[in-house]
Amino acid sequence: MKALVFERKMAKFAAAAVAGRIAPGRGAQVGPLSLQDIDEPELPGPGWVRVRPRLAGICGSDLATIDGHSSRYFEPIVSFPFVPGHEVVGELDDGRRVALVPILTCVTRDLPLCRWCGAGQPNLCEHTAFGHLEPGLQTGFCESTGGGWSIAFVAHESQLVAVPDDLSDDDAVMIEPTACAINAIEMARPGDTAIIGAGTIGILTLAAARLNRGLTNIVVAAKHPAQVALARKLGADRVVSPGELAATIRSRTHSMVVGDRLTGGCDNVIDCIGSEASLAQALSVVAPRGNVLLVGMPGSSTHLDLTPLWHRQTSLRGAYAYTPAHFQTAINLVRALRLGRLVSATYPLSRYREAIEHAANAGARGAVKIAFDLRSEKGR
Amino acid sequence: MPRPGFVLDVDRSTPPLLFWHGEGFRLERLPAERTRVIYPPEPLDPLPHPDAAIRHALLHPLGDSKPLPELLFTGMKLTIAFDDISLPLPPMQRPDVRQRVIEAVLDLAAEAGVDDVHLIAALALHRRMTEAELRHAVGDRVYDAFAPTGHLYNMDAEDTDNMTFLGTTDQGEEVEIVKRAAESDLLVYVNINLVAMDGGWKSTATGLASYRSLRHHHNVRTLQHSRSLMDRHNSALHTSNWRMGKVLIDAGVKIFQIESTLNTDTFPPPFDFLMKREWEWTAKDRALFVGSSKSLARTPNRLARQIFHSIKAPHSMTSVQAGEVDAVHEETLRNVHRQQLVEVEGQTDVLTMGLPYIGPYNVNSIMNPILVMCLGLGYFFNLYRGKPLVREGGVLIMSHPTPWEFHPVHHPSYIDFFEQVLSETTDPVRIEAEFEKDFAEDEWYRHLYRTSYAYHGVHPFYMWYWGAHALQHLGRVIIVGGDPRSVRRLGFMAASTMTDAFEMASDVVGRTPTITHLHAPPLLLADVK
Repeated sequence: MKALVFERKMAKFAAAAVAGRIAPGRGAQVGPLSLQDIDEPELPGPGWVRVRPRLAGICGSDLATIDGHSSRYFEPIVSFPFVPGHEVVGELDDGRRVALVPILTCVTRDLPLCRWCGAGQPNLCEHTAFGHLEPGLQTGFCESTGGGWSIAFVAHESQLVAVPDDLSDDDAVMIEPTACAINAIEMARPGDTAIIGAGTIGILTLAAARLNRGLTNIVVAAKHPAQVALARKLGADRVVSPGELAATIRSRTHSMVVGDRLTGGCDNVIDCIGSEASLAQALSVVAPRGNVLLVGMPGSSTHLDLTPLWHRQTSLRGAYAYTPAHFQTAINLVRALRLGRLVSATYPLSRYREAIEHAANAGARGAVKIAFDLRSEKGR
Repeated sequence: MPRPGFVLDVDRSTPPLLFWHGEGFRLERLPAERTRVIYPPEPLDPLPHPDAAIRHALLHPLGDSKPLPELLFTGMKLTIAFDDISLPLPPMQRPDVRQRVIEAVLDLAAEAGVDDVHLIAALALHRRMTEAELRHAVGDRVYDAFAPTGHLYNMDAEDTDNMTFLGTTDQGEEVEIVKRAAESDLLVYVNINLVAMDGGWKSTATGLASYRSLRHHHNVRTLQHSRSLMDRHNSALHTSNWRMGKVLIDAGVKIFQIESTLNTDTFPPPFDFLMKREWEWTAKDRALFVGSSKSLARTPNRLARQIFHSIKAPHSMTSVQAGEVDAVHEETLRNVHRQQLVEVEGQTDVLTMGLPYIGPYNVNSIMNPILVMCLGLGYFFNLYRGKPLVREGGVLIMSHPTPWEFHPVHHPSYIDFFEQVLSETTDPVRIEAEFEKDFAEDEWYRHLYRTSYAYHGVHPFYMWYWGAHALQHLGRVIIVGGDPRSVRRLGFMAASTMTDAFEMASDVVGRTPTITHLHAPPLLLADVK
C-alpha cells in the first residue's frame, strides 16, 4: 500500500533541519519522509481493527518533525520507521466512519492501567514505550500501528469514536485538534485571557474558549490577515498583531510598565505557537500568579529567563492532547461552529511535498488546515 | 505695504505649485481653468516697539478692567499662566512674546511689592515642557529666578489636590482648573494668538483645566458643531468655553488677560522662499528649492526632522491687548483677521493642501499619522469662516508622507490608539463611546503624563474629534505620498501621485471637479462667501 514513511536516517534528518530553517516545510524535499509502497501493518491482537483513512490532517507537530525541529525528548517514545498522521477520519471495513483518538495508552498496549490511565487521564500514560507495541506516544509516531498518511493503519477499538452522519469528512478531521484545544481551555483559570498564535490550534482554542464561561476579555495575537478575520468571526474580543499584544494587554488590564514588562497582565496566556519568542512573550504579559499554558509543541531547545516566573509566582503548564471524553465535546463544538470550513486544501499523497509546504506556510497563504485526501487513492 | 491675501485662478501659464510634504516639498501642476489657489496675506509690519506696546497695553486695559498696576498689591497671590509649547508654530526666535510680556508683568509686580508669584505653563492635557522649552518661552532670567524655587512649573491636571472645582455651567458643564490660579488674588494669562481659535475664555477654561472639565467641549458632538473652530461665534467649542468663563467670573476668579498676535513671517532664510508666490521665485529661490528638495530626499528622516525642528520663526508681534477677557479677545480677533483673512467666493468640489512637518502637538517631536489627520482635517480644513472651502460630499486631498512612526515618550497613548482603536473603527462617535473612558482613566498614561513628557491618555481622542466635522462633511479623504498602511488605518485612501489622487476622487466628484488649493503655511483664514 502507499504510505508516507518517516525513517531514521540521520543525514537526511540533518538536511531537513537545515532546509526547514531556510524555508518552512522544505524538510519534506530532502528529509527522511518519503512516499513508499509498504505492507499494511499487522493487527497487533484482539480488539484491533483496520482503518482506512478518508482525510488525514497535517499538524504542527508533524511539521516540526519533518523540518527537523522536534525535540530529542521524543526519541524513546517514538519508533522508526513510522507513518505520520494522527488527525484522522477514516472508515472501518463495515463502512462506519470513525475519528481516531491517537494516544497509545495502557489499554492499547495490553498493560495494567498506570495511575493516569486509571484516573481517566490517558494523555499522561506512563507506558508509551512499553507493552506489545513498539514505542510511540500516538498513532502516527509508532511503527506498530501505521498512521493516517497511508491507505490503511491499525487502531485499537478504544481509539475510535463514531462520526455522526451530519458531520462531513472535513468536520470530522477537525475533531482531534479541537479536542486538544478543549483540553487546554479546561486548564485555564477564570479571568482575562490571551491566545498567542492563530494557526489551527490557536483558532480552535479560541473556538473552544466559549466552553469556559470564566474566560474574559479574550485577546488573540494573529499574524496574518486571514487569521485576523477568522479570529474576529470566532468571537475574539480583540485581535492584534503579535507586536501589539503587550500594549493591548497593558491597556486592557490597566497595567503599568516597568522596563519592558507589565506590572499586571492576563490571568491566562495560552501559547499556541510554542517557540522561544512566543513563550518569552507569554511570560512578559501574564499576570502575577497567572497561568501560561503551552499548547503549541515547543521546539528542540528553548532558552528562557525564568526569573519573572519565579518572582511573580507564575505557573507554566503544558497542555498535551486530551482524553477520549474530550472527543464528544469536540464533536459538538465542530458541529456547532461548522469547523470543517477550516480545512483549506487537501492533497493526494503523491503531492506530499506541496502539501507539507502549504501547511508550513498556511497562515501566510490564507489557509488554516491542510490535509491529505485518501478517499480516491488507488488500493483503498 | 504688505500685500493682502490673494486668490489665483490657475491657467496654463501658472507654474507648478508648492505643496508641503512633511519634512519636504512637492511641486504639483493643478488643472487649469478649474483650480484656484488661496495665498496668505504677506506678513504685516511688526509693532515698532513691542516692549513699549506691551507696557501700554498693561497700563491701558480694554473692557471692564483696571490697569494692571492697580490690581497689584503687597502680600497678594499673583499667578501668571502662559500658553505652552503648542504655540506659536514654528517656535519663534528669541525673545519669545511670552518672555517680553511676563517680564513686563513681573516688573510691575516688583514695583508693587508682590512677592508671592507663581508662573504656570498652561498645559491642560498636553505634555510637560522641558527645561529648554520653558527657558525658550519665558527667557533665562525669568526661568532662573523662579524655577529653582519651584515657582515656575508645568501644571498637572491629574494632581487632584491642586485642582479645584468651581461649579457647573447652565448646561451642566463642570469647571475645574488649577487651584493656585483659581485662588490667587489675580490670574494673569499670557496668550499667543497664532490663529483665531486661540485665546479668549479658551485660555483659562481649557488651558488650565482637567479632563473632568475638558470632556464637556472636547467631544464629538461639540466639535461637529464647531463650524468652524476658527470662527468663535459659530463654534460650539468656544460657546462652551465662554459658558465656563462665566462660571469662573461667578466663582470670583479675577483674570487679567493679555493676548498678542503675530504676523505670518514664518520661515527664516534660507526657507523664506516658502512664503513667496511661485511665479515670483527668483533664480536663487528656485536653486534653493531644488537644492533643499534634493538634499532632503537623500537625508535620513530623523536628520531631516532635526533640521526642520531647529527652525525658529521670525514671527513679530502685530498687536498686544490686555484687560477684560471678552474685550481683549474681540480686539485680538480683529488683529488676527487683519493678518490672515482672505475673501473667497464659494466652495469647490476638491480641496488640496500640503501638510508641513509641524503642528501644535509635535513640536520637537514626530508628526505621527493621528497628528497628520488632526492637522489636515482638524486645523487646515477649519481655516474658514462662513462655509468650508470644499462642498459637502467633496474630496480632500492632502500631501504628507504619513509614516507609521510615533514618538514613544511624547505620544504613548497615540500608539495604542492607532493600534487598538483605529484598527477597530474610525467612527468618532463609536470611538468616543467605546474607548475614551478607558484611555482617559488609564493609570499608566496618567503616570507618564505626570512624570514624563507624555500627552495625556485621552489626547489622541481629542485629535480625532478635532477632525470630526471634516469627517462628517467630506465624501473622501486622499493622502498623496503617504505610507499606504498608515493611510488605510486612518480610514483614508493613499495615492502615489496627485494625478492618481484626482483619479481616485473622480468617482466622488466626477472627472472635471473644481479645485481649491490652500497654499499654507503661512497660515490664512478663508472668509468663504
